[in-house]
Amino acid sequence: MKYGVVVFPGSNCDDDMVYALGQVLKHEVHKLWHKEKDLRDLRPEEDCLVLPGGFSYGDYLRAGAIARFSPIMQSVVAFAKQGGRVLGICNGFQILCEAGLLPGVLLRNRDQQFICKHVHLRVESQKSFLPNLPSGKILRIPIAHAEGRYYADETTLEKLEKNGQVLFRYCDEEGNVTEEANPNGACNNIAGICDETGRVVGMMPHPERAMEQLLGSTDGLTLMQVC
Amino acid sequence: MHYKAEINIMPRKELLDPQGKTVARSMKQLGLHGIQNVRIGKHISMEVKAQTEEEARKQVEEACTRLLANLIMEKYEIVSLEACPD
Repeated sequence: MKYGVVVFPGSNCDDDMVYALGQVLKHEVHKLWHKEKDLRDLRPEEDCLVLPGGFSYGDYLRAGAIARFSPIMQSVVAFAKQGGRVLGICNGFQILCEAGLLPGVLLRNRDQQFICKHVHLRVESQKSFLPNLPSGKILRIPIAHAEGRYYADETTLEKLEKNGQVLFRYCDEEGNVTEEANPNGACNNIAGICDETGRVVGMMPHPERAMEQLLGSTDGLTLMQVC
Repeated sequence: MHYKAEINIMPRKELLDPQGKTVARSMKQLGLHGIQNVRIGKHISMEVKAQTEEEARKQVEEACTRLLANLIMEKYEIVSLEACPD
């Protein structure tokens, strides 16, 4: 499987993602500038596009709102519609929501602060292309965002829950999903979701920052290993 | 013709607005105890080149629904649209 990491003006986790995929996981990976429309040799049947974290277009207007109109996004949408795997991390998740590839939106954190810390996530579903981790498994992965409060209307939330599209929830060390363990006020403690097909995934936590013990956790490696 | 549009974009009523809440709290520190339910949105002004007011309004509506507001979280209102002298 080959990977393409899309770089928008203001992306700042692209190098970390390329390092994680290329140096740590030894995959073939290249960057794609947002003005490109050509995804080069990436094929929807077997390859994966990653929208990394950062502050595309300075988060002007709303996080991800302007990036969704970058030329490459037409190709990203087409790639997803053809069944290609798309992974959005943090700002990438915000862009996928703005582009309508994922339902809902990411609002300003409940307490108005930028939060940068390790959190615990509980695996909820095996619906996506991410590794088949057992439900209830707890991962420790950092978040770093100001707009991470996942919101969708009740009907959408019910649908997500019913279809197993909620992939991760914020929880405490023991795996309890509580209000205290919810760092940003996200609906139903949601930290990551996928679309109906499981081929488009968005998550606020940064697995690429938890790839080596030196960084305090290797749970990101668990998550990215066979994706 | 040139038109000037003024647009308000506000977070939906049912959503928590942490910015507004923080500002409301600081009002108490100013001694302004009567102020409550502060909500903060955006005001956008723009000039539109169009043949008619209807065409100008159509462009502004499209700008609002496709980019300026995310209707899942916000509501927009075109508060004024006026012809301005060329």
